[in-house]
Amino acid sequence: MNARPFFPSTEQSSSMESTESKISFRGVRKRYDTNLVLDRVDLELKENSFTCLLGPSGCGKSTLLNIVAGLAMPTEGEVYVDGKAVNGPNADRGVVFQEYALFPWLTSLDNVAFGPALKGWPKAKRQEIATKYLSLVGLSGHENKYPGSLSGGMKQRVAIARALANNPSVLLMDEPFGALDAQTRETLQEELLGIWNRERKTLIFVTHSISEAIFLADRVVVMRTKPGGLREVIDIDLPHPRERTNLEFVRLEYHIKQLLRDEVKKLGVI
Amino acid sequence: MSQKLKNQIKDIGGKMAGVFLLLAIWSAVSFGNQYLFNMFSPMLLPSPLDVLYSAITELRSGALLKNIIASVSRVTQGFVIAAILGVGAGLAVGTRKALERLIEPLIELLRPIPPLAFLPMMVLWFGIGELSKIMFIAYSAFFPIFTTTVEGIRYVDPVLVRAASSLGATRTQLFRRVVLPAATPSIITGLRLGFALSFFVIVAAEFIAANSGLGYMINEARTFFSVSDMLLGAFVIGIIGFLVNAVLRKLEGKLLHWRGTVRAG
Repeated sequence: MNARPFFPSTEQSSSMESTESKISFRGVRKRYDTNLVLDRVDLELKENSFTCLLGPSGCGKSTLLNIVAGLAMPTEGEVYVDGKAVNGPNADRGVVFQEYALFPWLTSLDNVAFGPALKGWPKAKRQEIATKYLSLVGLSGHENKYPGSLSGGMKQRVAIARALANNPSVLLMDEPFGALDAQTRETLQEELLGIWNRERKTLIFVTHSISEAIFLADRVVVMRTKPGGLREVIDIDLPHPRERTNLEFVRLEYHIKQLLRDEVKKLGVI
Repeated sequence: MSQKLKNQIKDIGGKMAGVFLLLAIWSAVSFGNQYLFNMFSPMLLPSPLDVLYSAITELRSGALLKNIIASVSRVTQGFVIAAILGVGAGLAVGTRKALERLIEPLIELLRPIPPLAFLPMMVLWFGIGELSKIMFIAYSAFFPIFTTTVEGIRYVDPVLVRAASSLGATRTQLFRRVVLPAATPSIITGLRLGFALSFFVIVAAEFIAANSGLGYMINEARTFFSVSDMLLGAFVIGIIGFLVNAVLRKLEGKLLHWRGTVRAG
C-alpha cells in the first residue's frame, strides 16, 4: 500500500504518457449555472484498472462518472478514452445506474439483449449472448421474468449483465449497490470482483462507502467538496480476497475516514 | 385456486346485488306511485318492465338496431380520426421542444371550451349529414388523446433514456425502443378517455342534427312523451359504453402484461 497526496498541476499531467492510460481527465471543470461542481480534475487511469470514486454527496463523483459516460459535458477540459475525446455516450462505455434503469416492458433476457439488438444482430445471436451473460451474473432460469417481479439485487444483476453484453471496454458504475441491503451488497461486491477478473474491463465505481471502496478497488480516489474535485489518490495493493478485519484494511479505512470528515465539515449542516 | 373462485363469486355477486337493489327501488317507486300513492303522473316514471317492453318493441321493428349502428359507426369513425391525429400530434409535440412551445398554449386555450360550444358551427360548416357528427366527435376526443400522449412522453423516466444511450442507441432507436413503449400506458389511457368522451358527445350531436342514432331516438321519444324509450336509449348507451370499456381494458391488460407482475417491496 502506498498513499500519496494528489497535487494536480498542468506540469504533472502533461508529463504523463497519455498512450499508457486508458482514460485521462485533463483539466475537467463542471459548472451548473454559477455553481462550480467540479474544479480542475486531472487523473490518469490504466487499462483494466478498478477505480473507486469515493466521497460524500455533493463532491461531484457522479458528475465525473457521467462525463466519462458522455451523459454530461464538462464546462472546461476534456476526458480522453483510448486517446479520443469523449463527446457523447458510446456503446464502448457501459453504465450501471443505482436505479437499475431496466426497461420494465422487456423480460430480463430482452433487457440484456438490448445492446446487441441496437446493433441489429440476428435474434439467435443476441439471445445466445444474453443467456450467457445472465448466467454469468447467476440468473439462469430467470430469463423470461419482467423487472417488476425481480428483487433489487436481481435487478442490479440484470443491469450488470446488460452492460456487459455490449462488451464495452469501460464499465462505469454509479453507486450500483447503494439501494441494496448489506448482505446482498457484500455478495454482489464479491461477484463483481469475479466478473472483473474474468471479463477484464477498465472499471470506475462510484460509492460513498469507504469499506466498499477498499474492498473492491486497486485505486481509491477520495474526492473533496466545495468545490468538488480530487483530494487524494490512494493505490491499494492488498491481495484479493480482501478481509475487512485485516490490519492494513482497517488502517486505510481510518485514514480515509479522517479525510472525509474534513470534507463533510465543509458542507456545514447536513 | 378454490379461494380465488370463491372471491370471484363474491365479487360478481356483490356487483349483481347492487344492480338488483337499484331495480328494486326503481320498481317500488314506479309501481308504488302507479297503484298506491298517485303522487305524480305514472308516465313520468315507467317501471323496468315498461322499459323492457319498449326494448322488445323497438328490437322487433328494427329501429333500435338501426339507431345503435348509426351511433356506433359515427363514434368509431370520429374516434379513429381523433386517435390518429391525437397520437400523431402528441408524439410530434412531445418529442420536439420547439413544437411544444408553439402548440401547447393553443391547446391550453381551446381545451377549456366545451366542445359542444362548437357544435352549431360545425353543423353550419359540415351540414346536417354524417360529416358534422364525425368531425364533432373527432374534435372532442382529440384533446384527451393528445394531452395524455404528450404527458406520457414528458414523463418517460430520464434514467431509461440515459441507459439506452449508454448502450449505443441513436435518436431514432431511442424513440422507437424507449420513448414509445414507455409512453404506451398513458397513450392507452388517453384512448380510453377519448372513446368515453366520444360516447358522451354523440348524444348531444344527435339531439341537434340527426335522423338516426341513440341521441336522435331519445330526442324523438321526448316529442312523443315516451319516457320508457328515453330510458331505453340511455341504458343502451350505458351498456355499449360498459362493454367497449371492458374490451379496451382487456386489450390494455394484454398489451401491458408486464405491469401485472409488479412485486411488492
